[in-house]
Amino acid sequence: MKNIVGRIGKNFLDFSGALGSAFLMFKSVLFWAFRSKPELSETARQSVKIGVDSFVVTALTSFFTGMVLALQMGQTTRNLFNEPLYVGTIVSFALVKELGPVLTSIVVAGRAGAVVTAEIGTMKVTEQIDALYTLGTNPSRYLLVPRFAAFLLTLPVLTIFADFIGIAGGCLVGSSQLSIPAAMYFDDVLTYLSFKDVMHGYVKTYFFAFMIAMVSCYKGMNTKGGAEGVGKSTTEAVVLSMVLVLVLDYFVSSMLVAVGL
Amino acid sequence: MIEVRNLCKSFGDRHILDKMSVTIRDGELFSVIGPSGMGKSTFIKCLIRLIAPDSGEIIVDGEDIASTSDEFRLARIRRKFGYLFQEGALFDSMNVFENVSFGLKYLTDIPKSEYPKIVREKLALVGLKGVENLKPAELSGGMKKRVALARSIAVEPKYILYDEPTTGLDPVMTGMVRDMITDMRDKIGVTSVVVTHDLKLALNISSRVAMMSGGRFVECSAPDSFRTSPNPVVQEFMRISGLE
Repeated sequence: MKNIVGRIGKNFLDFSGALGSAFLMFKSVLFWAFRSKPELSETARQSVKIGVDSFVVTALTSFFTGMVLALQMGQTTRNLFNEPLYVGTIVSFALVKELGPVLTSIVVAGRAGAVVTAEIGTMKVTEQIDALYTLGTNPSRYLLVPRFAAFLLTLPVLTIFADFIGIAGGCLVGSSQLSIPAAMYFDDVLTYLSFKDVMHGYVKTYFFAFMIAMVSCYKGMNTKGGAEGVGKSTTEAVVLSMVLVLVLDYFVSSMLVAVGL
Repeated sequence: MIEVRNLCKSFGDRHILDKMSVTIRDGELFSVIGPSGMGKSTFIKCLIRLIAPDSGEIIVDGEDIASTSDEFRLARIRRKFGYLFQEGALFDSMNVFENVSFGLKYLTDIPKSEYPKIVREKLALVGLKGVENLKPAELSGGMKKRVALARSIAVEPKYILYDEPTTGLDPVMTGMVRDMITDMRDKIGVTSVVVTHDLKLALNISSRVAMMSGGRFVECSAPDSFRTSPNPVVQEFMRISGLE
């Protein structure tokens, strides 16, 4: 019993410590984001790594998600009403408000988040982070600010592309398997989808981008113990980011609904 | 001059540095020796605040680096130091040229057009030529150390800190690194602090050698006096190192 209480206490202390360190890291990122000359070339390099390099995989994910959504909704409404109804509307709502932002964020967390944690973690265990300090550069300025900026810049753009590609995937299935003309499909999309709905999904991606950047940078900066430690940090970063995307999705959606978005 | 006063550092309940005090004078080559795990690297990392001490003062040319929380002041004091890491710690995403010129961008106002000349000069000082476009993965262990030293001296620091500079090197490379350290003192007049467990190296190159044990310096003297020190810790270390 004493052991269990001790373990709970230790975990609680570890968690509090981690929260405190994450807050201090964020404070340092904010400080250097506004107090130093922006590292434009590094930010561009990271944007390519995080955004551009993730495009194909997010596009594929979204395309097939749109296709399967159209297929399932078409079949369901055909069974209920003898014809596929509102397929474009349902696919676009599901993608733009939920699946586009969430799936894109999960893919980016798995691909780019892992890259960021592994890269920073390797720099940590090989003393390259310490070398930055000795060369007059704060790692927050040189490593973290560009990565935060890259996540915040690219994830919303990737999501917008993913929404379009997913809707196009739905249209392909609609016209080829459900006999829905493309014009009717897009009419369904445009009639019911409002600017507010698009914004609902779009705003969420900033929260997800920030959270993925926080987790992947924090895990990288706190890596210990050589190659094994890098692997452990990377796995933890990916799992935590994916879970937090889903958890955050509920709370941010509730908040946006509450403010009328 | 670096003055260390009552420096303390603990990790959990392990007291690594325990009220350590020492003064490192300008121009000297000061070596810290002791067995592994005695806190030598912790000491050298505290000097440049890569590790924050729990208490005590580290006065670098009149400014206390241990207590300052101002990022810009800290960077200004760190500007006086070059640091040679045990494994070099070269940035593996950059080539040799970018590594050596990195500090010039952040620590100096030198125009970019001057970088190639400075990089060539510094690489020549450590005995390297024509390696600017190589990546760290393409360099041998000894070359990595020399590039790392070129990177440290590119910004012309007043102090150079060497963390286990000969660990993992063969005898030829060890000799080369030894010459490199003395060259830095003789050619550019820097004050050097060398942390090593290689007693032979320390006795050969240093102005003073300090023996670390129990979180403090138990002996700190010129090599000749060090060799004849009656301190039992020193005697034991001399015996283990085969220099009795």
